[in-house]
Amino acid sequence: MSTATADHHGPARGLMRWVTTTNHKDIGSLYLLFALIMFLIGGAMAMVIRAELFQPGLQLVDPQFFNSMTTVHALLMIFGAVMPAFTGLANWLIPMQIGAPDMALPRLNNFSFWLLPFAFTMLLSTFFMNGGGPASGWTLYPPLSLQMDAGFPFMIFAIHLAGISSIMGSINVIVTILNMRAPGMTLMKMPLFVWTWLITAYLLIATMPVLAGAVTMLLTDKFAGTSFFSAAGGGDPVMYQHIFWFFGHPEVYILILPAFGIVSAILPTFARKPLFGYSSMVYATASIAFLSFIVWAHHMFTVGMPVVGELFFMYATMMIAVPTGVKVFNWISTMWRGSMTFETPMLFAVGFIIMFTIGGFSGLMLSIAPADFQYHDTYFVVAHFHYVLVTGAIYSIMAAVYYWLPKWTGHMYDERLGKLHFWISTISVNVLFFPQHFLGLAGMPRRIPDYSVQFADWNMISSLGGFVFGLSQLMFVWIIFKAIRGGRKATDQVWEGAQGLEWTLSSPPPYHSFNQPPTVR
Amino acid sequence: MSASSRWYQLLLALFSLNAGTAVADYALNMTQGVTRTSQAVYDLHMIIFWICVAIGIVVFGVMIYAMFRHRKSRGVKAAQFHESTTMELVWTLIPIIILVSMAIPATRVLLAMEDTSDADMTIKVTGIQWKWKYDYVDTEAEGLSVVSSLHPDHNEARQLGADADLTVFGDTYLLDVDNPLVVPTGKKIRFLLTAADVIHSWWVPDLGWKKDAIPGFINESWTIIDQPGVYRGQCAELCGRDHAFMPVVVVAKEPAEYAAWVAEQKQAAVDIANSADRVWTKAELMAKGEAVYQTNCAACHQPNGQGLPPVFPALAGSAMATAEDPAAHIDIVLNGKAGSAMTAYRDILNDVDLAAVITYERNAWGNQASIVQPADIKATR
Repeated sequence: MSTATADHHGPARGLMRWVTTTNHKDIGSLYLLFALIMFLIGGAMAMVIRAELFQPGLQLVDPQFFNSMTTVHALLMIFGAVMPAFTGLANWLIPMQIGAPDMALPRLNNFSFWLLPFAFTMLLSTFFMNGGGPASGWTLYPPLSLQMDAGFPFMIFAIHLAGISSIMGSINVIVTILNMRAPGMTLMKMPLFVWTWLITAYLLIATMPVLAGAVTMLLTDKFAGTSFFSAAGGGDPVMYQHIFWFFGHPEVYILILPAFGIVSAILPTFARKPLFGYSSMVYATASIAFLSFIVWAHHMFTVGMPVVGELFFMYATMMIAVPTGVKVFNWISTMWRGSMTFETPMLFAVGFIIMFTIGGFSGLMLSIAPADFQYHDTYFVVAHFHYVLVTGAIYSIMAAVYYWLPKWTGHMYDERLGKLHFWISTISVNVLFFPQHFLGLAGMPRRIPDYSVQFADWNMISSLGGFVFGLSQLMFVWIIFKAIRGGRKATDQVWEGAQGLEWTLSSPPPYHSFNQPPTVR
Repeated sequence: MSASSRWYQLLLALFSLNAGTAVADYALNMTQGVTRTSQAVYDLHMIIFWICVAIGIVVFGVMIYAMFRHRKSRGVKAAQFHESTTMELVWTLIPIIILVSMAIPATRVLLAMEDTSDADMTIKVTGIQWKWKYDYVDTEAEGLSVVSSLHPDHNEARQLGADADLTVFGDTYLLDVDNPLVVPTGKKIRFLLTAADVIHSWWVPDLGWKKDAIPGFINESWTIIDQPGVYRGQCAELCGRDHAFMPVVVVAKEPAEYAAWVAEQKQAAVDIANSADRVWTKAELMAKGEAVYQTNCAACHQPNGQGLPPVFPALAGSAMATAEDPAAHIDIVLNGKAGSAMTAYRDILNDVDLAAVITYERNAWGNQASIVQPADIKATR
């Protein structure tokens, strides 16, 4: 870098800008673009699933390929879409929200992004190998996952790479938040998005190595003659499930805590009223994070645990409803007696609260172990986690994109199209997922390509909703594209009620967000 | 049912003014089942459901009220309050009380469901890719063994793709088997669940529970069925390619009828054991072998023996199936192949079935090799 131009240097030109960039905004954009691509590929796989399930009978795909679709759909959406999207938002927003020029570890930042395209290319390449892609469900339970053919080691290595990327990204977030806050910004003055990401980053660092350990043991069981998970060799297939869900349950909160932060940023803006119960929101987030480590076996009520274990995990799981409830009540109190307007980000945030709460209710029902013996591994569970992940996590990401897009690009997005996108998505996503509650209760297991005739009607309705929801996301892509290219000029504050350091910067913000630390009251 | 009539029904349901009756055909809720346990689970499910509905009405009601009343377009000035320790305490404590009131009945039901003591009889359930095996381990049925696979008619229909006419099966498409599990009514039956290859999960919604069948482990569960009848379910844990095609059918019979069924099955077992000692003709073996093949092998190796390479190898023309010495062929069928989906059929099929199916594989689709006698299998075991 030439010292003479140090004061004025901007991004490098051309493709190399994106390969070599260490800028938090460029890397944030890369993460978000990557997440969008994965969202569309994973969504296309969901379309295959819904097309096969449109009618009973096997019409379109082989059952093995169908199993690959459900498996890789989940892996892409969780590790390829939602997590990178949140990391992209963290990259864009955390430095701007805490008054820093950039992330603390910019080269690590570049590396952690560029691992991802390779990881997921490798994962998808298994479809072209002998035996096809992974088909044992995203949980990769042995012994079934060990029946995978040539693609197995590639899938495991892809998970390792994605995990390394997440851990490095988390280290960066923690170091940035703890060291680079502007003078006067104490921890309890940080925006909630920063708080929720700080806690999420600790969850990631605590659990990703556990996943790495679990899948490495799968790898040695398959190739090195170990029998960690094979009872015939003195191992234990249930042990895998314990290890996996010790990662997997905190992972669920990794996918939702940043969403809480986003909604807590958007509601006060459009209610023109401060967030209600800031400190209790922070404590509730921390409580949820703590509880997430002691509830994992509620995913395993049917594996045959001692009854004391089942009781413990049932009670602990029910407890999660308390801090989660606190959050919902605080959000509604924030709205209460505000002066609300309903621009697209607010619509998505309100949609989030309602539909995430519906997912919370079915979660509470699932926590009741005896009832879970009926619900478990049915479409009721599928409906539950899609309510919390699609209308929860993904809705929050869309809300965030609409909310901060004018800040990022300097252009207002098309409000009319944004609202249309919200309403089409919200109607279709409920047509898609709500009937799946009925299917599960009526006895339809998950992960099946063909089903008995009495499940036909709701499956057809669900598929129709799915096709509309899937296609309507192309609108989202178009709206973003349009706003990047041009549009009405955004002001610095963008939204009338917006509060926080990022809104004091120009729209779009300067390449190095805060060259001088701002003062925080 | 054809696609067009299904569409029509759907439109009817969506647009009918008389939606109540149109929708009545759809199953919307959990079954109450046929046992005291399933009824208790259903009651628990409904209690929690209504609690959630009540909370939902209050929470969403307040929220929607605010969304309509507290709008900028109505000229509302935003209040600036943002804290209340009292409120935080209220909405922490009230949910805790509600949760405790849910936990008490849930605990009671759970403890009852896990109490497998004082059973009248025990049945061992083994999950196998993709069938169930039931072994009666005590009482007068001791020694009986039933292998239960997807019914051949359904198995054929599901391979026809879009051409299949599924209406002939009524509501039992994919929920019917060749040999059901037969149990007596009014008896406490203890189930011991395990698996031979991967994890499966044995589920009959009418009994009120599912339990995983895990290789190397034995899980316990129990039921008492009071009503004679046919109760259907299916495997609930993803177990590979044909996970959707391993149904569970339980037939509950009055004790007298059940006793007659047991006697009949015992006689049949004796007949099979006797027939294993005689020399079979090739024609006999081929006829029996084809039936066994369609039930047990065709899902992977395909009805035409072409398999689905590379995962499921072809048998037509394969070196193993055409070798003069059948030892390797017998070995893989008996013991399976580790690390693949090839199941060990040692405990699933009897000597006659094994000899027949191996003979069939060695002499169908243009293969021409030696036949295998039941006595050969017996000697190899």
